[in-house]
Amino acid sequence: MDTKTKTQKELEHVFTVRDVSVSYGDFTAVKNVSMDMFKNNITAFIGPSGCGKSTLIRSFNRMNDLIPNASVKGEINYQGINLYDEEVDPVQVRRRIGMVFQKPNPFPKSIRENITFGLKVNNMTDNLDDRVEKALTQAALWDEVKNDLDKNALDLSGGQQQRLCIARTIAVEPDTILMDEPCSALDPVATKKIEDLMQILVKDFSILIVTHNMQQASRVSDYCAFFTTKATDDGRRTGELVEYSDTKTMFTNPSESLTEEYISGRFG
Amino acid sequence: MYKDFNLTKTKTKPLESVVKFFITLSAFAAILISIAIVFTLLTEAINFFQDPKVTIREYFTATRWTPTFKNPVYGVLPLISSTLYIALIACLISFPLGLFSAIYLSEFASRRTRKVIKPIMEILAGVPTVVFGYFALNWITPNVVQRFIPGSGVFNAISAGIAVGIMIIPTISSISDDALNAVPKSLRMGSLALGSTRRITALKIMLPAALSGIIASFILGFSRAIGETMIVTIAGGQYPELNLDPRKAMYTITSSIVNVSLGDTPHGTTAYNALFALGITLFIMTFVLNIFSDYIARKYRKEYEQ
Amino acid sequence: MNSNSVFSKTKKEKQLKELAFLSILYICVTVAIVTLMTLIYDVISTGYSRLFNDYELGLINKVTIDNPRDFLTSLDSRDPLKAGIGPAFAGTVWLMIIVIFVTFPLGAGAAIYLQEFAPKNKLTRFIELNLTNLAGVPSVIYGLMGLAVFVRLAGFGRSVLSGGLTLTLLILPVVIVASREALKAVPDTIRQGALALGSTKFQAIFRQVVPSAIPGMVTGMVLGLSRAIGETAPLIFMGALTYVNYYPDTPLSGFTAIPIQVYNWIGYPQAEWKDTSSAGIILLLGLLLSMNALALIIRNKFEKDW
Repeated sequence: MDTKTKTQKELEHVFTVRDVSVSYGDFTAVKNVSMDMFKNNITAFIGPSGCGKSTLIRSFNRMNDLIPNASVKGEINYQGINLYDEEVDPVQVRRRIGMVFQKPNPFPKSIRENITFGLKVNNMTDNLDDRVEKALTQAALWDEVKNDLDKNALDLSGGQQQRLCIARTIAVEPDTILMDEPCSALDPVATKKIEDLMQILVKDFSILIVTHNMQQASRVSDYCAFFTTKATDDGRRTGELVEYSDTKTMFTNPSESLTEEYISGRFG
Repeated sequence: MYKDFNLTKTKTKPLESVVKFFITLSAFAAILISIAIVFTLLTEAINFFQDPKVTIREYFTATRWTPTFKNPVYGVLPLISSTLYIALIACLISFPLGLFSAIYLSEFASRRTRKVIKPIMEILAGVPTVVFGYFALNWITPNVVQRFIPGSGVFNAISAGIAVGIMIIPTISSISDDALNAVPKSLRMGSLALGSTRRITALKIMLPAALSGIIASFILGFSRAIGETMIVTIAGGQYPELNLDPRKAMYTITSSIVNVSLGDTPHGTTAYNALFALGITLFIMTFVLNIFSDYIARKYRKEYEQ
Repeated sequence: MNSNSVFSKTKKEKQLKELAFLSILYICVTVAIVTLMTLIYDVISTGYSRLFNDYELGLINKVTIDNPRDFLTSLDSRDPLKAGIGPAFAGTVWLMIIVIFVTFPLGAGAAIYLQEFAPKNKLTRFIELNLTNLAGVPSVIYGLMGLAVFVRLAGFGRSVLSGGLTLTLLILPVVIVASREALKAVPDTIRQGALALGSTKFQAIFRQVVPSAIPGMVTGMVLGLSRAIGETAPLIFMGALTYVNYYPDTPLSGFTAIPIQVYNWIGYPQAEWKDTSSAGIILLLGLLLSMNALALIIRNKFEKDW
């Protein structure tokens, strides 16, 4: 009997995080995070560098498994299923929860092959050409590359490469897209294109974005989680969730003073 | 978009298991080869020493190596002394030439010059040893050794030593070059900014900083000189008695291994087993040197990265 | 006190020292280059005629051969004017084929395992330590091991198969290291990107990382091969030194190889053999040059600019 299917109650939440801490060996990068993230919304993680935002988001698709001494405590439930349950396959998790990285990392192959790779490893090989076109269209890249699908992906501009990475991620039909500072390596024009794209994508996907850029968070996100670091007894800094609320509230009337200081630029 | 969420584990395809098995085996082959070398050398060498005609005392103290004579004498001393003698000559040549070439390449040469000289060094490194042997016998001996050093025979240790030395130059040069380049540029900049010359910077700042790598390269070069076979066999000749005159022939461990096998010695004879006794002697010598070189490189390497 | 003269004196002295030092450096670099040039010139000038033109012997006799290109296809002979390198060339080709077919999968496989799959534990460290040591073992010892393991234990006898397998083991450590470097050069973001799309580690490595690293791995293979075909010492124990005057027809057939043949010819005292050996050396160097050129072409054309 398959006990891993969803229950009605937890449909609205996409992620339910309960008291999660992520550590590398004996160093705790971020601790005691509890929050709920909602379906078809854009949730932003903001805060100064070093407070564990990237570490946290990588636990959401079990990319931290790749680091030998990384450990995750607490519960990360995805649509009711604990992602770190023993019977859960990280490979399947990563298909359901896609990730776009800070620096665009297309494969050194053709544009077409970048997209078909994910499709092939996930046995979605019917109508390959249609799927490629659909993904590129959804990522607002189709018109620019439709005649050059066999061109090497590394010949595209930075912004185009990042959209290609988005395209290949959505080609495998995930439910959620994680974005780890997707625009920090791009120029403002390319950044704007991606921010506009996010508004369209959120109709079909839930999006979690880590960003250094406060203004970006206020532009694109529906909900915001603000993190900062606190010094621990052994002199190192551990990240913590300070406040989590809808974006409008966070930027106009935050409840925590730390949040207010960060928003108004008094530290960062 | 939110389909039924089935998160059970993906099955490993059988092909993947086979491939994984194969590549794991390939990696462990490295250990297998080492075991094979040590094992074969050891077993046959033991056979040698257990042979009634051979005594360990004779092996280490006798001053001649004559396995094919009617009354064979198996003394490794002349072989070791010849090996070390030629290796020493080789080092006298290669250490300064190699080191200074490295200093030139890393401290003085322009990028363009480097681009020309490095490939030349690599070509020199790629020349087969039999070619160096030919060069030693047919060019170095008549044109250099016999012309300038009276009393030299057609087969002599100086010629062989020179050729081995030249062969080793790329080894010393490239490892020392790497060691010098590994020193942070800030050290060089700091010294030059204080007004010292490139010469002083190179000799007093960069060289000491890279010393561990340079010494490691020396030890490695010495090890290679000891293990060198064809040059010494072609140009060094055979003189099976203890000889300290480099103008005459010298018979190294490696040459004697080659020459014993030339006579098509059948398996099981003392001469055949002697090959492996020599082999393990040589192996131990080079092994110890290589470990030592690695140790020096590691232990004294200044930690510049944070 | 005129401060100007004080400065100018120190400046001249310093400049002299700098110049002297630079000259020493130039000399050292030049020695290596000049030696290489001399070697090449000597070899070409003596062997060229044997290879390409009508061969004329000295002042006493004018002997011409009708079709000197026969050097490449003729059999060996007691007559230095008739001796050809045909069987040796064929032997070298046979060896190359065996080495490629065995070394590439083993070397690539081991590298992939060590770089992508091996856990970072003591066993892996031990394998890596073995590889480093094996790279420094003299080639003649590989020959001894090949004699005991392939010729005798495996029963392959004194065949081209034994020779090829011995050469494989000789260059395996080098090929593994080069392949690992090629894999290391693939940025980690590629692996992560593949995994983030829901591929297994196996799929990520074999469908993205390895294909990107193939040019580097092939380059490493070609360079290892060029080392293997120049080796003489390991093949001596495979009976390659005996008078082999036939083309090998099966892997278990006896054989000789170009460097071995050249070594034989060097050993003959008559003056005419010098030209014959030179011709053989030209062929050997030509082969090596083409292989290194091939490696360079592959590297420039296919290696990725991350």
